Amino acid sequence: MSETLHYDVVVAGGGLVGASAARALAERGLRVALFERRYCGAQASGVNYGGVRCQGRPEEQLPLAMRARKIWDRLPALIGTDGEFVRSGHLRLARRESDLEPLDAWSAMASGYGLATTVYRGREFRQRFPWLGDGALGGSLCLSDGHANPRLVSPAFARAARALGADVRERTPITEMAHDGVRFQLTAQPEDGATLHVSCDWLLNTSGAWANHIAGTFGERVPMHAIYPNMWVTEPLPKFIGHNLGVYGGGVYARQVERGNCVIGGGRGTGDGEYAQPSADTTRAVMREACALLPALRNALLIRTWSGVEGETPDNNPIIGMSRTTPRLVHAFGFSGGGFLLAPGVGEVLADLVTHGETPTPIEAFAVDRFAQVSAEV
Amino acid sequence: MAERAEIVIVGAGPAGIRAAQTLVAAGLRPIVLDENIRWGGQIYRQPPAGAGFTRTKQALYGFEAAKADAVHTTMAALLPQLDYRPETLVWACDPKRLHTMHDGRETPVSFSHLIIASGATDRVLPLPGWTLPGVYTLGGAQVALKAQGCAIGERVVFAGTGPLLYLVAYQYAKAGANVVAVLDTSTFAAQAMAAPRLLSQPATFAKGVYYVGWLRSHGVRIEHGVTLEGIEGTAGVRAIRWQRGGREHSLECNAVGLGFGLRPETQLADLAGCRFVFDDLNRCWLPERDAAGRSSQPGIYLAGDGAGIAGADAAELAGRRAALALLEDLGLAAPFVPDAPDAAVIERKLASIRRFREGMEQAFALPEHPAAQWPDDMLVCRCEEIDARTLRECVRQDGVTEINRLKALTRVGMGRCQGRMCGEAACHLLAEASGQTLAQVGRLRAQAPIKPIPIAPMLFDENVVAIPEEARDE
Repeated sequence: MSETLHYDVVVAGGGLVGASAARALAERGLRVALFERRYCGAQASGVNYGGVRCQGRPEEQLPLAMRARKIWDRLPALIGTDGEFVRSGHLRLARRESDLEPLDAWSAMASGYGLATTVYRGREFRQRFPWLGDGALGGSLCLSDGHANPRLVSPAFARAARALGADVRERTPITEMAHDGVRFQLTAQPEDGATLHVSCDWLLNTSGAWANHIAGTFGERVPMHAIYPNMWVTEPLPKFIGHNLGVYGGGVYARQVERGNCVIGGGRGTGDGEYAQPSADTTRAVMREACALLPALRNALLIRTWSGVEGETPDNNPIIGMSRTTPRLVHAFGFSGGGFLLAPGVGEVLADLVTHGETPTPIEAFAVDRFAQVSAEV
Repeated sequence: MAERAEIVIVGAGPAGIRAAQTLVAAGLRPIVLDENIRWGGQIYRQPPAGAGFTRTKQALYGFEAAKADAVHTTMAALLPQLDYRPETLVWACDPKRLHTMHDGRETPVSFSHLIIASGATDRVLPLPGWTLPGVYTLGGAQVALKAQGCAIGERVVFAGTGPLLYLVAYQYAKAGANVVAVLDTSTFAAQAMAAPRLLSQPATFAKGVYYVGWLRSHGVRIEHGVTLEGIEGTAGVRAIRWQRGGREHSLECNAVGLGFGLRPETQLADLAGCRFVFDDLNRCWLPERDAAGRSSQPGIYLAGDGAGIAGADAAELAGRRAALALLEDLGLAAPFVPDAPDAAVIERKLASIRRFREGMEQAFALPEHPAAQWPDDMLVCRCEEIDARTLRECVRQDGVTEINRLKALTRVGMGRCQGRMCGEAACHLLAEASGQTLAQVGRLRAQAPIKPIPIAPMLFDENVVAIPEEARDE
């Protein structure tokens, strides 16, 4: 009963970031436990849109995105399923002439990181993408991007971590935590079982929208708030959406899965920080924009709407890296709606930090104390 | 407060109509939203106006003709005092606001008080061959007769269990259809044992006895205690197979009406945020309500089969009771409605009907562990084409114990029906495969839309808000 469990690393939070970190660490031979208060990959990691997209990201994310993107090609070997990953290409649309220039600029910037994109406009654009409506007049195509099924990918990483020896415990929230000067002392309370006492050398804070519980405990709360991206899906339709679609300036994103269902997101639902609800008003607003881009959606049946709880930071960049207050505490959260592609790469980066104390992937822009610095400068 | 009350009733069956009558008598003007073309609900469904055929209420409703007529007439008289919106689907619910779809238009409807009388639908339990053309639910078979004036086939078998099985068989045979057999999965002994409790509603009990007698005397084969094995055919139904007393039986037919009782339509209560509790009698999760029909959400009331199956008589009573509760919460006195019982009488009558319902469950008990006999290759979820093997393997490999998790991992219940048809079967299968009870596996959370809605109508609504700049994610 009072026996203490010892691990090299405890991962707090079984989303895609936590599960991929647990998998990578177990693969490198560490004793890892993953504690998830509900089910692995059931929050934002499991209910997000499913975009696997390097295109359109801020420059500081590109090295990490490129590292992450390579992992997606190896999913069957890594996690035993392709997670319905399709290398469909990602088309980032321009709605106005003035949107084309930033697409060109982004394309030139990204080529410096080895990412190839082509910007189409005018008649060539229309001929190449006849299934798009008048709402779009150009776009940038990144053929190496794609999309996948979050419901399958995220739990599969947790399954793979377990298969490699990680101690994955679902429905087991961590209720208390402290650093005793040598290592972390944690208490976890399984939903049906005796209280667990845990000690570990490393603690990874991968708790998504709830990560401030841990960051706050160690004195480095960040200005993150919960957002509730609004998502919906149609009945299966004949294939017509050729690529994963986004729009410069945002508002709507769309993809069509193998079975024919069109998954469409944009705008926000509502929530209380703990649970999210889709919003009918948002769904209608996004429908109008989606139909301007994809006329074939008209009269299709909407069969389901949903939302999820995600953490958003003031600069829309995640927090990734070592704690500034506590030794061997590592944060990775606040992906601001863009974490699905990145997460498997973040898992590798976290494993680098634990095993080598550093990572070849630049992550300075994601430092946990950057907001404090900004406010101190002002 | 009463002057500013915006009262909405969802459903124009016996519960919704009696609720509306009570509110109108108190001087209020509720909005009544109903999916059907005409009022009456499923049980007292009226043929569409100008259907091209006429059948008398006696022919349509049999013993219930007088009740049906009373409900219809009541509603007809109320129409000038109601905002009645037929053919209107409620597809989503925000706090204090419903989203409705009518005639290709999408309209939000605000409410301060909401009575949910959403009714019931068929409880669907699959068996091999259940997706063949020619297999209908009992309710579907009844709608064909009442609203379209046609039968589901030339040689019809009704199979499953429940009192409706005999009623629909009787209605079909009476209308001239060829009913070749009624196959009841519950035993005659169970029905005999339940008789004392059923006698708490002697008139209803007598009707049940009458239908069975009538069917027998007209040469309709009735089998009790059968285990249904499957429906045969390729392009359509060719035969039905069952087992009884260790012997195999088969009967040629070209249509099967399958009935395993009714399932409350609880999605709206779920979207409205009502708290749910597992109900042993209904064998499903139901929105909590007090004896008056108040849900866990202030201002939201529940009445009729949508809150737990109790039948049309109970629905009329519960509709009135919920409206009385609403009036009381508004601080208004109960209005005088001639011949209408007061709140205390209603609650006593509802309790008596509940005892009758317990007897019915004993008489027509569902197969205790239906999933145990489902073969691996049988489809459970027909929209997404998920078979029993896929579900069982998921439970085995991932240790799934909760129904929403099973849905996320396998897609069961994610198709057009959103689990309205297959959800219960999936719960049974999960319970069987994980060694849990139905209550333990939880319930599928409702997600808007309650039923699929077309995308186009929403585009032309002038009230569509813009997506805020800060919510424009890429």
